[in-house]
Amino acid sequence: MTRPRKTAAAASDGPTVRRRRPAAPTRRSTTADGLDSANGRRTRSAGTTVPTVATTSADGANGTAPAAEESTAASTARKNGTAAAAGTDAGWADGAGADDWEERAADLLAFLRRRLTGRYEVDEFGFDPELTETVFYPLLRLLYRHYFRVEVFGAHHLPAHGPVLLVANHSGTVPVDALMLSVAVHDETPTHRHMRLLGADLVFRIPVLSEFARKSGSTLACNPDAVRLLTSGEVVGVFPEGFKGIGKHYRDRYKLQRFGRGGFVSAALRTGTPIVPVSIVGAEEIYPIVGSITPLAKILGLPYFPVTPLFPWFGPLGLLPLPSKWLIEFSAPIPTEGRADDADDPVVVFNVADQVRETIQQTLYALLERRPDPFS
Amino acid sequence: MRVLVTGVGRYLGAHLAAGLAAHPRVEQVTGFDSAAPASPLRELLDEHQVPVITGEVRDVAVALARAGADTVAHMGIISTPGPGGRAAMKEQNIIGTMQLLAACQVSSQVRKIVVRSSTAAYGASFRDPGVFTETTPPSLAPRGGFAKDVIEVEGYVRGFARRRPDVITTVMRLAPMVGPRAETTLTRYFSLPVVPTVLGRDPRLQFIHIDDALDLLVRAVVEDHRGTYNVAGEGVLVLSQAIRRAGRVALPIVEPGLGALAALVRTLRLGEFSHDQLDLLVHGRVVDTRALVAEFGVRPRSTAEAFDDFVRGRGLHRPGFAPLRPEAVEAAERTLVTGLRRLGERVGRPADHSKAGDRPRAGDRRPAEVTR
Repeated sequence: MTRPRKTAAAASDGPTVRRRRPAAPTRRSTTADGLDSANGRRTRSAGTTVPTVATTSADGANGTAPAAEESTAASTARKNGTAAAAGTDAGWADGAGADDWEERAADLLAFLRRRLTGRYEVDEFGFDPELTETVFYPLLRLLYRHYFRVEVFGAHHLPAHGPVLLVANHSGTVPVDALMLSVAVHDETPTHRHMRLLGADLVFRIPVLSEFARKSGSTLACNPDAVRLLTSGEVVGVFPEGFKGIGKHYRDRYKLQRFGRGGFVSAALRTGTPIVPVSIVGAEEIYPIVGSITPLAKILGLPYFPVTPLFPWFGPLGLLPLPSKWLIEFSAPIPTEGRADDADDPVVVFNVADQVRETIQQTLYALLERRPDPFS
Repeated sequence: MRVLVTGVGRYLGAHLAAGLAAHPRVEQVTGFDSAAPASPLRELLDEHQVPVITGEVRDVAVALARAGADTVAHMGIISTPGPGGRAAMKEQNIIGTMQLLAACQVSSQVRKIVVRSSTAAYGASFRDPGVFTETTPPSLAPRGGFAKDVIEVEGYVRGFARRRPDVITTVMRLAPMVGPRAETTLTRYFSLPVVPTVLGRDPRLQFIHIDDALDLLVRAVVEDHRGTYNVAGEGVLVLSQAIRRAGRVALPIVEPGLGALAALVRTLRLGEFSHDQLDLLVHGRVVDTRALVAEFGVRPRSTAEAFDDFVRGRGLHRPGFAPLRPEAVEAAERTLVTGLRRLGERVGRPADHSKAGDRPRAGDRRPAEVTR
């Protein structure tokens, strides 16, 4: 097998320009197309006869800036849901069969090689953009699209760049709402932003869970981490209700719980980050809690041990979430610039927290009216 | 400038003494330790004409006077117990520091102290923020002798800095050191053919290249940099990634079995895993290095670069020892890609596409990039 020529951008982990050939014309003329090198995702222009869709997709190593530079063709292709399965095969190939199949296999192998030799980047919080985009998101997207049939409203309130703090209601026994929200943020922003979740310390105490949480971009909900992420211009997601929200009884569904100390408001004020209230409808019905076995929760060191109509009676079957219909609405941002001095003023902090809470509560009621049947 | 370097019996102290002796602004370097340095270090010190004073920890006052030192580099803080076990380690770390600071406090000559500390001072737990800055207090009192020692030593140093504000006090919190020549518990750990890890945990790790650490320590001694600094390479490697970069295979072990494993490692004399190192392998630790970069104006090699240099320098990719060495993985990938292409040709495709080999392919081009 002959050794292929190296391209100029042949840097090991960084940006690469991939060549692809046009279908019909001269064999050797190669064109670059939009490709996210680090996550092995390939996006292709609509027709293979289009000779040049020259996009050198950048970086991808930290997943922040690069997507902005992609051509519209590339991002449209991606948005069409075709590129959903990066490296795997959930069909974008409708063009030239064997070639694409081969290249996809080669992509997958290249991804495996990078993983096996450790040639990928994680950020200081342990976020692994390549793994998240190539493995986590495609799996979650199956739930997102086909199981919960998530509908998103107000996505234009999400900025394409710069810091933003998403504050959402929390429900569903297991934080599936956080996962769905991160898919929504990624897929609904033109720059495909990654939401960085702030999680309870319980998450980081539990093996396996802590590993996945860090790799998917979460970190501990504490002021230093929130401020650090916001200062570096990330999308940060918080669920201020915490366990009070996620572990509440089914009869209290869509009733917002208390918002803790409002630490998220301080962080936003300190960094001048706009707060976008997010209302999630649908998560309440996935595992309706009808009780909690408190002694068992105490033994396991958990905040609650849920009893749902199916769990724990039906064993593994009880772990299956009910297929509710989900709606996610991003409300208008609440600006906080120039109010850094208020960050330590409890009155201001509680007022802003109440404003966010009220917005989410009202939006929840409005969304519920649009969705009369939870399983429609 | 006349410097007294404590802890010259170990790698860091001896190499710092040698580095300082070679520096034009340093007139005289004197070493101090409780025992005379062993072979390779003794020759190094002899070569740089560094006299070594040996004695018990309380003799450091005598050494300070005999050396006529105006600057003290306190490297005599050890992270792993020596022959004397934990008791001797604590004696050296705590009592040694107290004695040294007491001697410095009454000295009219001393105008600068540089103390080697460790990022172990931050501990490692699930309640910690993702990134430690120099001002972050540890959220849980760390377990493990070394971490406790470091916290206590830093407490004494802070007290000294309050009492003698005229003396420039620098605390260098070093991340775990790696490098071709470094010999630490962690470097031995990554050299194991099968590397035990904790099931369901993939801690974030940071390293500093030992040569960069020495350069920065020399500068801290020769120049004036008051304050506390995290000394680490930028960036992060997660443990699984580091193990794979070393071409190794991980062996996950459930968390309750860790203590037993550490005991086994100790018994087999593979190394000494203390509680703080075990916590590190569970929760990881990342520090902010902006203060260091701003103050010293240099960027030490990043964590990944330092680690790769360690892997190269140690020859960890020797065939037969590293199943996941890059060449092996790339060869396997090439084989598979070629196989797939053959398969594709057999299945058939348009004629003008069938000339295999003369066009670049994703799979076979990329390995070449990595080998650079």
